[in-house]
Amino acid sequence: MASASDVKPRPATRSATSSANWIVPAKVAVFLGGLYPLARIVLLGVTGGLGANPIEFITRSSGLWTLVFLCITLAVTPVRRLTGLNALLRFRRMLGLFAFFYVALHFTTYIWFDKWFDVLAILKDIVKRPFILVGFSAFVLLIPLAVTSPKAMVRKLGRRWQTLHSLIYPIVVLAILHFWWMKAGKHDLILPKIYGSIVVVLLAWRVSVWLRSRIAQGRAV
Amino acid sequence: MVIKHKRQLFGDDIARSEITPRALFENRRRVLRAAGALAATGLVGVNGEALATMASPDAKGQKLAATTNTKFVAMDKVTSFKDITSYNNFYEFGTDKADPAHNAHTLRPRPWKISVEGEIKNAKVYDIDEIVKLAPLEERIYRLRCVEGWSMVIPWIGIPLSEIIKRAQPTGNAKYVQFITLADPSQMPGLSDPILDWPYSEGLRMDEAMNPLALLTVGLYGEVLPNQNGAPVRIVVPWKYGFKSAKSLVKIRFVEQQPKTSWSEYAPKEYGFYSNVNPNVDHPRWSQATERRIGEDGFFTPKRKTLMFNGYGDQVASLYRGMDLKANF
Repeated sequence: MASASDVKPRPATRSATSSANWIVPAKVAVFLGGLYPLARIVLLGVTGGLGANPIEFITRSSGLWTLVFLCITLAVTPVRRLTGLNALLRFRRMLGLFAFFYVALHFTTYIWFDKWFDVLAILKDIVKRPFILVGFSAFVLLIPLAVTSPKAMVRKLGRRWQTLHSLIYPIVVLAILHFWWMKAGKHDLILPKIYGSIVVVLLAWRVSVWLRSRIAQGRAV
Repeated sequence: MVIKHKRQLFGDDIARSEITPRALFENRRRVLRAAGALAATGLVGVNGEALATMASPDAKGQKLAATTNTKFVAMDKVTSFKDITSYNNFYEFGTDKADPAHNAHTLRPRPWKISVEGEIKNAKVYDIDEIVKLAPLEERIYRLRCVEGWSMVIPWIGIPLSEIIKRAQPTGNAKYVQFITLADPSQMPGLSDPILDWPYSEGLRMDEAMNPLALLTVGLYGEVLPNQNGAPVRIVVPWKYGFKSAKSLVKIRFVEQQPKTSWSEYAPKEYGFYSNVNPNVDHPRWSQATERRIGEDGFFTPKRKTLMFNGYGDQVASLYRGMDLKANF
């Protein structure tokens, strides 16, 4: 799939130096953009705009934004390859960390405001509702990815970093399943279908790249 | 900034429909509690009508005078008018709980006819204005528990369902009552989505329908029913999950066999015919032991324990004596 060159930052390359003048403001813009969902929740909270069931609103909003950031993160590599805009890679860590930030908010809202840290109730809930187990698994799998996101960890882990971060593929599949299952109760599958399709396209692109490289290798041998 | 500006624009509106009646309402409830205590001692009666008129909001929505029936006043804190009218399950107007408030303006609650038919001696098509005059309107404050795990406390206005049943004179064959909701695609955009087998249908056993708690409802918070709450007439069955309380009724039919009901047709293993509020019988996909009281539980207090029959056991437990409520969920 993605090559090792995806991983290592290459500050010395020409594209990086020539684009340095726009990268910093672009990073600031992406960072502020990433804070928008949080700012929206806070602003609506302050103005009483979260509706009759604010906890449900925050849970759903943070869950959906997690999925948005997972999709954007997964789109970095295909878009970079298709456009040749290698500098995009320098935004991927931040995007991935925003996905983790919103899933942490999602999870905290659930265990705190919905369940009030009642472990027994949470365990019962998991047994009753497999979609919670699926979502919980995706969250747990994301933790090592967030922990190993600093540059130092990337360097330290080397090739194993790439292997570890392939976990993003099962994670995003679990996230879609979690969302689909949750919405299935009301047959309200429009959003899960949209996000599911985006994920299918993003993963299919990788499979096709991998297949083509296999074929090319086969010819070379 | 933009949002704040919008809020200011709508500020007047909110103040009238939400804050004022709520304040009046709570004030009235204090009076009521005192009056109720006095009435219990047999010293004075309760002039509920004057109090109810005082509480009527002056915003949109026609006022509806009603006498408070102190036998049916839950002492819980009443949910705000805004929450009651903006967080609804009414799939005829969309599946999101914000949808009915946005979409139900297309419903035309006047003129409106309700056909009372089936195994009865006096089949009749009523006009909604006749229904309102069948018996003195009562205000009752009921808890409402949704099967999804949230609850509200709502000041309904209506007449006992038994009033219309008595007039219908059911025959010996009438064992159940079926309630059928309007299904007009020109008024209800949600009907284009075949989630449920329209029209929405609900049902009660005859003795359940005759229980004094069952309310044929035409208003809330001192007003005629807002469209999103099931205008112009619905039933309210407070000891059962909310979906049993069918909205915007066009037909009340008396039948011999247990009628098909929408949610149990949709998922028979998840939604039974009885659907009594029961913390000991979980929904297959979630626990029913607790509930979040809208406007109260969540950020600062945990969810509260759900009460058997939603706290109406004294009035209804006898209806189910000897029945296995796990099997008849």
